[in-house]
Amino acid sequence: MKLRELFGDSAAATRDPYGAPGTGSSALISAVTIVVILLAWWLITHLELIRPLFLPSPELVWQKFIKISCYDHYSESLMVALGFMAEVTSECEGFSENSLHMHILWSLYRVFSSFFLAVVTAVPIGIAMGMNRYARGVFDPPIEFYRPIPPLAYLPLTIIWFGIGDFSKIFLIYLACFAPLAISARAGVRSCSIEQIHAAYSMGATRNQVIWHVVMKAALPEILTGMRIAIAFGWTTLVAAEMVAAKAGIGVMVLNAARFLATDIVFLGIVVIGLVAFFFDSLMRWFERLLVPWKGKA
Amino acid sequence: MSAVLKLQDLCMVFPAATGGGSVTALDHVNLEFQPEEFVVALGASGCGKTTLLNVMAGFLQPTSGSILLHDQPIVGPGRDRGVVFQKHALLPWLNVLENTAFGLKLQGVSESERIAIAQENLGLVGLTDFETHPIFQLSGGMQQRVGLARALTSDPEILLMDEPLGALDAFTRENMQELILQVWEKTKKVVFFITHSVEEALFMATKLIVMSPRPGRVTHEYDLNFCHRFFEGVNSRKIKSDPDFIKMREEILSIIYGEEIEQTTV
Repeated sequence: MKLRELFGDSAAATRDPYGAPGTGSSALISAVTIVVILLAWWLITHLELIRPLFLPSPELVWQKFIKISCYDHYSESLMVALGFMAEVTSECEGFSENSLHMHILWSLYRVFSSFFLAVVTAVPIGIAMGMNRYARGVFDPPIEFYRPIPPLAYLPLTIIWFGIGDFSKIFLIYLACFAPLAISARAGVRSCSIEQIHAAYSMGATRNQVIWHVVMKAALPEILTGMRIAIAFGWTTLVAAEMVAAKAGIGVMVLNAARFLATDIVFLGIVVIGLVAFFFDSLMRWFERLLVPWKGKA
Repeated sequence: MSAVLKLQDLCMVFPAATGGGSVTALDHVNLEFQPEEFVVALGASGCGKTTLLNVMAGFLQPTSGSILLHDQPIVGPGRDRGVVFQKHALLPWLNVLENTAFGLKLQGVSESERIAIAQENLGLVGLTDFETHPIFQLSGGMQQRVGLARALTSDPEILLMDEPLGALDAFTRENMQELILQVWEKTKKVVFFITHSVEEALFMATKLIVMSPRPGRVTHEYDLNFCHRFFEGVNSRKIKSDPDFIKMREEILSIIYGEEIEQTTV
């Protein structure tokens, strides 16, 4: 059977122009890919081709998920609260003295407070860089200098300067989010046409009105794209940020698990980071469709 | 009658893109715009039409000479001069009505008042049924009509139109010519209209100025009245196929081509 017959004939839909590259829906194909990867994982571990130390089975990772998330403890607590059970019998063990949701919440707190700080500082600076040559002249060298440096390289410096508390962790993620946001806001300024600016001036707009009502609005699609890139950088930097003296967090969980060769928990942590990041990216894309429906159309 | 807008010995010199020389985009332009005039500027590319419009709009400061609106010098853009661009230049995050009311919003006019004025102008360009549509769902002709309604909403002294029909297909273009004339007849604004089309220029203008390049200058001025025949109810195709119209068209074309030949032989 041909692939095209298997996945429907959407690739050859008549509305697509002849020869247009990459037409047709790919959702079903992606779903099949995910199932194949999971099946291969299951099969390899069950045929014991690779030892669990290196590749734990999916069931093992799932069991660890149930255990670390304290599923039994919390579901029993719920039953007690509803009056179906007399007392909670199972303990909440977690990992590294915290249950999974505490790890996730700590990481979310670090990533999103850094991201929030980066948005409120980098976007105005990026807009200023796009609007004003002095701002561009001042901010361009430091941003372009530090941007390609891996966060791990300046992690020691942030610890020397700001100690081992949460501030240095948030600062590290903040720096990772800052550059893409500033650069996208700066580029966004250029996405409004000179005719739009001229039109506003000829209707009596002041310079501030042009910035607020025309330039900022026109930059919004690029800023939202920058936010998606920035939040992804935030998650990328998370494990590095949590390397030193963090008690809870998904990054700490993975690092501690690796120390004890608990590969299943390393897997669990990776999957959780991936899923959480994917969830927030989907949220951002939904926001994008809501806020900038004109993107790519005008 | 005193002129609304007066251009005296207007010169515009740009530094050349390469080398140390300079390009004279406008060379001693003298023009007067009387009330209720429809002035059309016609000329080959690079004759300074758009530069002239940009100076009148206040986007460019002339190198020398003066430009007076009711005897007051123009120092920058302002809402007494509405501009309609070749590309619509609308704001895609606002719908048709919001785009039309945008200028009044900038001036702090109350919402109910600015909506009423915007609705009136949208009615004038025949877009009453499209108020809540997003801009990017409209056709090119409709977008230009929104651009016209938006320029009218600020109630300017003069409407500056920079090839507003240049990007439209031939059929839409002819409809838009009639629509712009009808709007002009109702509002009686002074219009400065730039085009590359000789027929369009002859059909619409009450005053036609022919410009020529290197250096950009006004070489001919004509007083025309073909548009008045349109207001008397004569079909626009009939006007454009009238012997007078064709004779005039050939005269203008020979000026434009004649000068180009002259220049290539020099």
